[in-house]
Amino acid sequence: MMTKRVKFTFPQELIKEPVIYKLGVDFGIVTNIRRADIRDDMGWVVLELEGEGDVVDEGLEWVISTGVRVDPIAGDIIEG
Amino acid sequence: MPHVKCLQCRECKSEYPIGPLNACEFCFGPLEVSYDYDSVAKSVSRKSIESGPNTMWRYHDFLPVDKESAVDISTGFTPLIHAKNLGRQIGLDHLYIKNDSVNPTFSFKDRPVSVTTTKALEFEFEVLACVSTGNLMGSVAAHGAKAGMETMVFYPADLEQGKILGAAVYGPTMVAVEGTYDQANRFCSELADAHRWAFVNINMRPYYAEGSKTLGYEVAEQLGWKAPDHCVVPGASGELHTKIWKGLEEFEGIGLIDKAKTKMHLAQAEGCAPIVEAFESGNNQVKPVRPKTIAKSLAIGNPAAGPYSLEVLRDTGGTGVFAYENSIIDGIRLLAETEGIFTETAGGVVISSLKRLVKQGKIKKDEVTVAFVTGNGLKTLEAMGDFVAPIETKPDLDIFQTKLSNRKD
Repeated sequence: MMTKRVKFTFPQELIKEPVIYKLGVDFGIVTNIRRADIRDDMGWVVLELEGEGDVVDEGLEWVISTGVRVDPIAGDIIEG
Repeated sequence: MPHVKCLQCRECKSEYPIGPLNACEFCFGPLEVSYDYDSVAKSVSRKSIESGPNTMWRYHDFLPVDKESAVDISTGFTPLIHAKNLGRQIGLDHLYIKNDSVNPTFSFKDRPVSVTTTKALEFEFEVLACVSTGNLMGSVAAHGAKAGMETMVFYPADLEQGKILGAAVYGPTMVAVEGTYDQANRFCSELADAHRWAFVNINMRPYYAEGSKTLGYEVAEQLGWKAPDHCVVPGASGELHTKIWKGLEEFEGIGLIDKAKTKMHLAQAEGCAPIVEAFESGNNQVKPVRPKTIAKSLAIGNPAAGPYSLEVLRDTGGTGVFAYENSIIDGIRLLAETEGIFTETAGGVVISSLKRLVKQGKIKKDEVTVAFVTGNGLKTLEAMGDFVAPIETKPDLDIFQTKLSNRKD
């Protein structure tokens, strides 16, 4: 099993999309939300993803393709 | 580290024993070092600090490591300069420049990296690592060399040669990561999980962040044991801003200074100002941005400490301000031409933002103001462009005098 901890940031136009639900249904990924803040104009969710083999990476690629930003939970770690 | 209690989550306040851990197991919030301040107060006085070394380690009682094992390349206790010429130009009588560009690897990063390297040895890590586009990689490479650790430096493959050399000279393993910034970011985050390496700003982040507090201590001590009225701090992850304030609060808390009423201003570049944008729009959320700025050392689009930096802005009455991209070089040149200090683009952001704050009436003429210059200008020569217009002369006195007169006319 592969486990990843990530942060999704939703732009306003994607806040109503059931992205996390689809990760579970379409990719068979177990999603475990730990913290979130959803507003009218944006939202973020910090969660853990667990799945077999490469499905977690495939699921994340799909999430990125929808326009949702995916970051490590520590944010940007490439410092100047 | 006799005064350290534990690691504590900044969000849910869960506590953890001291270890190489950066995220809360419950809410995944960031962890921070928690201290027993009663114990600190019993062992620290102005006198004990003043009799310490002329480095950041004079404040060892406030740091999460033992001073005896400090990996020290003579970092800190950098000059606080009364910038009379610059102050006169922009209308401030008591302007000070905290010149942290004179640290051993020419940036403030030596402070957090010194603490982290010391802690990494304590945790018996054999490898010190970072992912960086500039100042951080040089500092990690230097401290790794001093500590005798194997050192791994990761950087985006398209980085300028000068920056690569500034780290490579210390002998680390250099790793150029291909792909986009986001891909490199995620890759290095996964690396930190996959290897037992001390990644200074990932799994070692709680200790790394603490080193920056020493800037706050030094400023207070150098001002005669008092906090300034204003601090203008460059903003990337937002951590430096929060930790300078934490330093002032800690000094106040144990009675080394009177109540700190400092307004903690944050300066970002127009092309990467997510914290300032959240401040201006009144949001508690920091919306990530795609950086597009010449101030590369501040180009963090998704700042880890953004929400905490916002809290500091609001708690202290500070202002989030951005420098227009086309004013950053002007800021660098103004500081150089008035005070003889050549700073990198982040310093240009600070000076340009400082001018805006004065113009907006946020800082008054007679208030004590400290502007933080955190990196040396020789690191960002490529950003300076072609502004040099020398007098070109043959080796002949008459020709030279004529050209000089023409120039003066």
